[in-house]
Amino acid sequence: MYHRVIHKTDYIYQEAVSLCHNIVRLTPRSTNKQFCKSSVIKIVPEPDVLIEYEDFFGNKLVYFTIEKEHKKLSVHVTSEIEKLLPANERPPQNNPVTWEETCLLTAASANGLTDVKQFIASTPMTEADDAIEAYAKESFPQGRPLYEGCKNLMNRIFADFKFQAGFTTISTPLSVVMKERKGVCQDFAHLAIACLRSLGLPTRYISGYIETIPPPGVEKLVGVDASHAWFAVYIPNSGWVEFDPTNNLIPDNQHIAIGWGRDYADITPLKGVIMSSGKHELRVSVDVRRVR
Amino acid sequence: MVSNLGSAAVPPGYLSNQYSYDEMLGKDGHLRPHWDAFFKSLNQLGSGELQNRNSEISRLLKENGVTYNIYGNSKVDNRDWNMDAVPFLISKEEWEITEAALIQRASLFNLLLQDIYGEQQLIKKGIIPLELVYNHTGFLRQCAGIKLPGKHSLVLYSADMARSPDGKLWIISDRTQAPSGSGYALENRTVMTRVLPELFNGLKVRHLSPYFDTMSNSLNELGARHHQNPRIVILTPGPGNETYFEHSYLSSNLGYTLVQGHDLMVKHNFVWLKTLSGLEKVDVIIRRVDDIYCDPLELKPDSQLGVAGLLQVIRSGNVSIANPPGSSILENPGLMPFLQNVSKYFFGTSLLMPTIASWWCGQPKEMKYVLNNIQSLVIKRIYRGINKSTSVDGGSLSAAKLNELKQQIIKHPFLFVGQEKINLSSTPSLVNGKMEPHKTIFRSFLVSNGDSYTAMAGGLSRTSSDALNFIVSNQSGGQSKDTWIISPEPVQSIILPKKFTEKAAVASNGGVLPSNTAENLFWVGRYTERLLGNARFHRTVIQTIAEGNRLMMEADVQAEQVLLKALTHYTSTYPGFIDEEDKDNEEKLKQPWPEIRDILFNETRAGSLKYDFVLFIRAVHAVRDHWSTDTWRVLRGMEEAWSTIKDPATTGHLKMQHILDSLVTSVVAFIGLNRESISREQGWLMLDMGRKMEQCLLLTSMLRATLVIKNDDLVDYKLQEAVLVSNECLVNFRYKYRSLIQLPLVLNLMIFDPNNPRALLYQLDRLKKSLANLPKTTETTLAAHDLFIIEAYQLIHSASKEKLSLPDEAAGQYLNLDAFLSDMYDILSGIQNAVSKTYFVHAQSQKQLFTTDTPEGDFFE
Repeated sequence: MYHRVIHKTDYIYQEAVSLCHNIVRLTPRSTNKQFCKSSVIKIVPEPDVLIEYEDFFGNKLVYFTIEKEHKKLSVHVTSEIEKLLPANERPPQNNPVTWEETCLLTAASANGLTDVKQFIASTPMTEADDAIEAYAKESFPQGRPLYEGCKNLMNRIFADFKFQAGFTTISTPLSVVMKERKGVCQDFAHLAIACLRSLGLPTRYISGYIETIPPPGVEKLVGVDASHAWFAVYIPNSGWVEFDPTNNLIPDNQHIAIGWGRDYADITPLKGVIMSSGKHELRVSVDVRRVR
Repeated sequence: MVSNLGSAAVPPGYLSNQYSYDEMLGKDGHLRPHWDAFFKSLNQLGSGELQNRNSEISRLLKENGVTYNIYGNSKVDNRDWNMDAVPFLISKEEWEITEAALIQRASLFNLLLQDIYGEQQLIKKGIIPLELVYNHTGFLRQCAGIKLPGKHSLVLYSADMARSPDGKLWIISDRTQAPSGSGYALENRTVMTRVLPELFNGLKVRHLSPYFDTMSNSLNELGARHHQNPRIVILTPGPGNETYFEHSYLSSNLGYTLVQGHDLMVKHNFVWLKTLSGLEKVDVIIRRVDDIYCDPLELKPDSQLGVAGLLQVIRSGNVSIANPPGSSILENPGLMPFLQNVSKYFFGTSLLMPTIASWWCGQPKEMKYVLNNIQSLVIKRIYRGINKSTSVDGGSLSAAKLNELKQQIIKHPFLFVGQEKINLSSTPSLVNGKMEPHKTIFRSFLVSNGDSYTAMAGGLSRTSSDALNFIVSNQSGGQSKDTWIISPEPVQSIILPKKFTEKAAVASNGGVLPSNTAENLFWVGRYTERLLGNARFHRTVIQTIAEGNRLMMEADVQAEQVLLKALTHYTSTYPGFIDEEDKDNEEKLKQPWPEIRDILFNETRAGSLKYDFVLFIRAVHAVRDHWSTDTWRVLRGMEEAWSTIKDPATTGHLKMQHILDSLVTSVVAFIGLNRESISREQGWLMLDMGRKMEQCLLLTSMLRATLVIKNDDLVDYKLQEAVLVSNECLVNFRYKYRSLIQLPLVLNLMIFDPNNPRALLYQLDRLKKSLANLPKTTETTLAAHDLFIIEAYQLIHSASKEKLSLPDEAAGQYLNLDAFLSDMYDILSGIQNAVSKTYFVHAQSQKQLFTTDTPEGDFFE
């Protein structure tokens, strides 16, 4: 059994666009939790230049240009992913390492943990103000195991914040999210990351999808059929452990990661610059389903 | 006169500052040997003459249009560059040591840069801490793996140095992303050799030219792998940038095209320059745009200064860029304490020149030291923030501020460095005719020569604005100095920087006009005529009113009112004198002076003369390398005249006329000088076309604003006369017709006369010629603007002076004339739009696509 993800992005332009440059990060990575069997990207019109490479964080990306006039751009990605049972990890729920120990360990380690240490510093999108710092501290009393603390923080974000599409945009500062207590998955991921980094904990942002199978009579999970975002914390001896504060879930079989970075800006699914003064509209559809 | 034998005397009144090193005086109170030689030379001039020469320097710098823009105000303030006649001197012995140390440092920084964006061995081996790189905003992860061909990724390097009280030179900061100042250094030298040639006599002063020759060779080398005769451009953020003068100066001295982001585009994984004749491939970019602004696709999304897709082209190796984006990671005072070990790692030797003592707070011991000694240190952030001062003198802070700073350091120790406070050395400066010691810092410039680095034998020295001031910066005033390395080799007594090397001259690809420059020139042409037309019409109206007031005849009053209304139409300063809603409009027409003053001097009012003047000056500065020295003198004179208008609110009409007269003279001089000095290539074509375009439009709207309504004969007579006067055609009219002014003849002269340079037909002929010389974009069919020109001629040929001057008595208007002029105006606007669309394509804006960021993106409405 595996998952098939069909992610369609269409831009419709009011005026013809003569040139566009784009970067797509929609090819799922293979990790110890998932294997990407195939990922096919179909771009219409045919790109004039198309270059694939891996970014600084090892995410797969595609750069392409279209250099003839066009009024519509479609980027359709179809990926097949097999979920794996992670091996060689100490189950995090039994890991007694405290958050203070983690801070000391990562800070003191000379330079062996480059991949971990680089996720401690805050970024403009994950800047913690006093309110966020105070909010973070409540989940991390002295001596609490890191895993417990993260789970508690996830529970609290889920309980305290309202999922409200349209309230925030990508440029809404985190302080506003904190104050108004509303936002979307990406805001909640950023908020958790800001909280954890304010304590000195290595945390990364994960971009991906969530599959939902709504049982009859039960409300559908939020984030269905859309790109999703959550976060992962580095727990010594257990590795990167993921948390989904939007759904109050420890990601398991329903979460499919595309890749990660320090924040959204590092792993924006699709971005582009067009030469045009006209307006454009965007249509996105995501379909995640199980295939036997 | 002082004898050449023996020592020169210490300048009278020069008081050495005891707490810092004195560049000129030794401990024994005598002149140091290299200063001694200099003062012997200087004293031969005499102090009076020196003062004259100092003024001459200011005059020359001003006339050459040397400026340094000051940020901070909403508008750009072009501040004049200033230079002291007394240079900063470095003895040859000291220079040899300094030069070697600088070359070592540039080589070290090159390896550091390549390692940070490559293997990161230094971090892996613990030689530099990860936090110092990864927490620095200049570490651009998008640039990982980028490396220029050849040995050096760091092509240009520059260091600020200062001398401490023990007499040692120290490096206090490094400039790596887009080092500026070399152009100012060159201009300083050029002016010195012109104004004070005698000073160089007998003093062996090293040339600056090897530095620039090396730069030009290295850039050619970089481009040679792309093209035998590579195209090299200088990418500038534009006229608003603080050092824009230098960008344009280097561009004309090195022979490289000066471009802005929107002049370039990326297609097919190459960089192209948009020119009037199409796209031209670019091989090498010298960039003066900061790292993160270089590419809106991958770096700062809202940057309008870069080129979308540029990073990918660099990554693919299809363009070379000096310095590559990401270089600002090296502008990092936190690196200072680690450089010694980096040097040992790469070279196996120590640094030749010590770096200023620094403590990076990312280490517990160092942080403790900084916190304990904060008042005796300068605290710096590891990167420059936007609009944030990066360094603060711990000793200057109040207890509360100090505590705040300490808290910040404790919270983000990685971001702070404590540096030893240097008591800068003092060097003699000529201030108000007196020699005074002023604190000084010195910037040196290095450029890759392929295998190693070549240092400029000189540099840019800057002194504090007053003798005691600790802060030296261009932003806060102060002076610059030429910098002399007194060399042992014999050199010519007069050193003129070599303007072009053979190679650079070949590589300059002259004659190619970026379309953005083309558009700017076109607008300079339009604004020139707009100023001229507006000034003349204003003048005519002012004269009429001033005279009318004396006589108070009914016809005068009526004509006056029509003219005032026409002025509003002509300048588009609505509602102005035609405010139908305003009950006081009658009063306004009776007391027109406040409104007239406003549309002359109110800079914030669109359509006012001052407003147009500002647009004109802005356009002129945007293409500043097109104007000759004489032209600059005229421009400078105009700017000065307008900036000295003291109290516009009380300016009388005579004073106004005087201002307008001199403006007209200056604008005409500007036009004439351009005619004499601008090469008849595409640049001239654009300028001339802009002028013709504006002349046609202005004439059409003036005729329409003044002559369409039918008034009493006497009033009409006065209006027709005003039109002739305003267009400088009255003499012409009398000469030609020897009759009373009457509408058919006026229209004949102003519209149909093919020999009157002010007539519409004549202007149209010229415009047609200009348009015919534009590069062809289509082979077979007529261009859109050609069709409009044909239409314009048809309109003129189907009209006649008799038909146009036939009044419609019922309407009280010359309706035929009105229809003719309004059709003509539309056709002319059509030409303008067609030209813009075909040739100024860069006007098309670039924008970001929405991203598929969040679920709400799905719910498109």
